[in-house]
Order: sequence, then structure tokens, then C-alpha cells
Amino acid sequence: MDDFLLRALMGGFGVALIAGPFGSFIVWRRLAYFGDTLAHSAFLGITLGFLLEINLTLGVLLVCQLLAVLLFFGQRQRQLGSDTLLGIFSHGSLSLGLVCLAFMDDVRVDLFSYLFGDVLAMGRIDLYWIYGGGLVALSGLLWLWRPLLAICIHEDLARVEGVAVDRVNLGFLALVALAVAIMMKVAGLLLVTSLLIIPAATARRFAPTPEIMALLASLIGCLCVVGGLWGSWQWDTPAGPSIVLCATLLFLLSILMPRRRSA
Amino acid sequence: MSFDAQILLDVSAVHLKMRGRDILSDVHLRISSGEIVTLIGPNGAGKTTLLRIVLGLLSCDSGHLYQRAGLRIGYMPQRLQVDQTFPLSVQRFLGLGARVTTHEARGALEEVGGARLLDSPVHALSGGELQRVLLARALLRRPDLLVLDEPVQGVDVHGQAELYELITRIRDLRGCGVLMVSHDLHLVMASTDRVVCLNHHICCTGAPEVVTLAPEFVELFGPVVGHNLAIYTHNLAHRHLDDAGRTKEI
Repeated sequence: MDDFLLRALMGGFGVALIAGPFGSFIVWRRLAYFGDTLAHSAFLGITLGFLLEINLTLGVLLVCQLLAVLLFFGQRQRQLGSDTLLGIFSHGSLSLGLVCLAFMDDVRVDLFSYLFGDVLAMGRIDLYWIYGGGLVALSGLLWLWRPLLAICIHEDLARVEGVAVDRVNLGFLALVALAVAIMMKVAGLLLVTSLLIIPAATARRFAPTPEIMALLASLIGCLCVVGGLWGSWQWDTPAGPSIVLCATLLFLLSILMPRRRSA
Repeated sequence: MSFDAQILLDVSAVHLKMRGRDILSDVHLRISSGEIVTLIGPNGAGKTTLLRIVLGLLSCDSGHLYQRAGLRIGYMPQRLQVDQTFPLSVQRFLGLGARVTTHEARGALEEVGGARLLDSPVHALSGGELQRVLLARALLRRPDLLVLDEPVQGVDVHGQAELYELITRIRDLRGCGVLMVSHDLHLVMASTDRVVCLNHHICCTGAPEVVTLAPEFVELFGPVVGHNLAIYTHNLAHRHLDDAGRTKEI
């Protein structure tokens, strides 16, 4: 197998493993739009990366973290609905990022690769990011797992029962921002959310517990990576969208499958 | 300020304004061990708001809050919607509040008459089953005080009477205090020691037989209701409660 394909597979698997548990929480807590908003701020991060001459993923990570904190505090006000607020941040940061990039004369970026991912150009550094960052993100999530489940069910009940709801929520948003930033290379800013939610939604029908759903979502994600990369190789299609298309097909297939006993 | 150890909770002179409107003004509330106190009042009277202040979920503009040191509260929220996408069994749900063994979880479910629900998915429970499971979760915290926000919501009338009886039985057995919110009048009266009638301020308070005769009560709930109000004592003889907590006619 070619080296670049091997690296693409490795990167894809890493991202799928991260996406499973995070995607499950995003599905449970209805945070899909939140994930989109984080992803859309990526251009701003890339600009920051060029400006400061640092690793671009690091730039994206910094901007995503900043946005996560802003959104955390933004959602505590009651003037605007949280979807409206997310819409403002999402499109505002996307446009600001694009405009900033246009001002940088000496920088020519391949928009397509940032929009839809560039998994076939996966480098060694990218893999370090995915596996190192992924380890941090997943360990953090594991640490917050129980209180997060309690918050998913009922925030006030969790608070009365002694969960530090605000701190857990803030920690979770920061972890999601980290996950989104490191997933960017595979799926691009337009497709990151789909990689989070589609495998989780597919796994739901076959999972009797939250933990099995998270693991199953990771496995389904890996399957999608294999399928998508194979399709991309076979028909010379863009890799990121092929992976997402594969996930969508698997989801549709899962709907057609007979339901197991209700769980 | 010194309180005797029987007093679990004492809230006094609570004021709260929201968007320029008085939500609560000069509200006093005291709950002792082994006492069932019911907050009644029309919709939007501030009942749930007062509960949230008691629970520490909301802070008031002014007022004193006293909680007995080390007070353990078991809380049952008004509405709990578990998403279809969330695969969670009743046993796992019970374990989210406090770490419990299967044995403890089953024991708590038995206490509320829902032992068969242990392995059911939470999102598939009926209204009455869910209320019992919520109550079991509150009990697993071995509470000194149970705070129940409309505990019979979404339950049919017979089920409601049974739930109120269950709450009384739990109080008798455990000796905990109970603070609950209700806006139905008939059923709750039979199983409460003290009624606090709230409409932004405390209109009247006392034993149910006394409160229903108070002019403030009659004014709030109308003379017809006040006049026809009979304290409902439920008769279980013609009905049977099976293990799953469902009621069925015999």
C-alpha cells in the first residue's frame, strides 16, 4: 500500500475513534449546530496560524477554544435564543476568516481542502496532532463522563445532586473544540459535524447503553473511513466527502434494518 | 439564629423581582422533619421559583435561607424528558444520582412499587412509571428532605391518589420532611400536614381543613371550588397495584 494511503487510513481511524464518543454527546445534547459553529471559525484559526507563523492546527485550536468560551458565556444570557447566537458566531467568524485570508496577499490557500478536508495529504505532524490531541480529548471526556451523563438527563437535578454543572459544561465545550480542531484535516470545516453525528446516529439503534453507543459509533466511523478511502481510490472522488457519503449510506442502511428489541 | 434540630429548612422574608415584576414578596417557609408541606397556588404564582430558591438553583434579591447543616435533599423535577436517542436503562438512571449497587437500586424501586422497571429503557416509561423512578432516584440519596415539583404530573387521577399515598408512606417510614408543589386541590389535601397557599405572597397557611375555609383561599380558587372541596380519601380495595407499578382493574 502507498505511504500516503496508509497515513490517510491512520489519520481517518484516529479521527473516527475521537468522533464516536464526542458525536454521541453531541447527538444526546443536540449540539450539532454548536459543532458547526466551532468548525466554521477554522478559517480564522488558519489566518492566525499564518500571521503568527505557527502550526495551522494550533491556530485553529486556539480560535476554537476562544469561541467555546465565548459561546459558554453567551448562552447564559437570555436576550437571544441560543440557535440565533450560534448562527451569528458561526457565519460571523466564517466570513471574518475568509476576509482576513483575502487580505494576506502572500498567502494562497486551497479553499477546497479546508472546506472538505484533505485526508490524502495527511502528514506525520498531522498524525501526531490527531493521536496526541485525541488522547487528551478522550481522556478528558472519560473523566467528565458520569457528570456529563447526569447533565444530559436533567441539568437542575444534576446540580441539586452536587454536580458542578458549569465547570463540567465548560470543560466539555473546550474538549469538543479540541476534537473539532483535530478532526479538521480529515473532514474539513463543512463536514466535521457530519463525521461527529452520523456514526453516532447510526449506532443509536443498536446500542443498549451510552458506552456501547459511543464505542459502536467509533467502529462505524472507522468503517466509513475504509469505505470512503476505498471509494475515493476507486473512482477518484474527493476523500472527505466520500467518507461522509459512506457514513450517510450506512445510516440509511441501518434504518432499513429490522429493529432489535427496544432499548 | 438558633433552630431546633427538627427544622430542616427555614426561608424567611424572601423577595424576588424579575423584569420589574414581583415574583415573590415577603415569603416565609419552614419545614420540619416528618412533615409534609404542600405549596399550592395558581399557575405562575411563583411555586416553582420558590422551590428553586430552596434548592439553591436560584438566588433571591433578599431574604434569609437556613438549611440544617449536612441536610441531604432528594429532588424530583417537574418534567424530565429523556431523548429517544439516549439509550439508558432505569438502573443506570438511578445510578447517576449517587453510586448505587443493583441491590440498592432494586430496593428503592420496590419501595416505590416499580421493581419490574429495573431494566426498562427510561424513554419508554409511562408518566406514572417515570414519576416512581424519579422518586426512587431521590430516595437513593437517603434524603432528610424530599422536594417534589408537581409529583403527579402526567398521571391519571387514580394513579395520582396512589402516588400521594406512596409519598405519605415514605414519610411515615423514613421520617423525612417533604416539600411538594401541586396545583390540584382535592387529592393533595388528604396527604399533607400543612398547606401553603402562594400567589406571589403567602395568602394563607395551615392545616388543609383550615386553609380551605380561609377567605384568601376561597378568593384565589373561587367559592365553588372552596365550597365543594371534599378531602379525598382514596380507597384501594377495588384496585390492585402490580409489581411494575401499573394499576389495573380487578
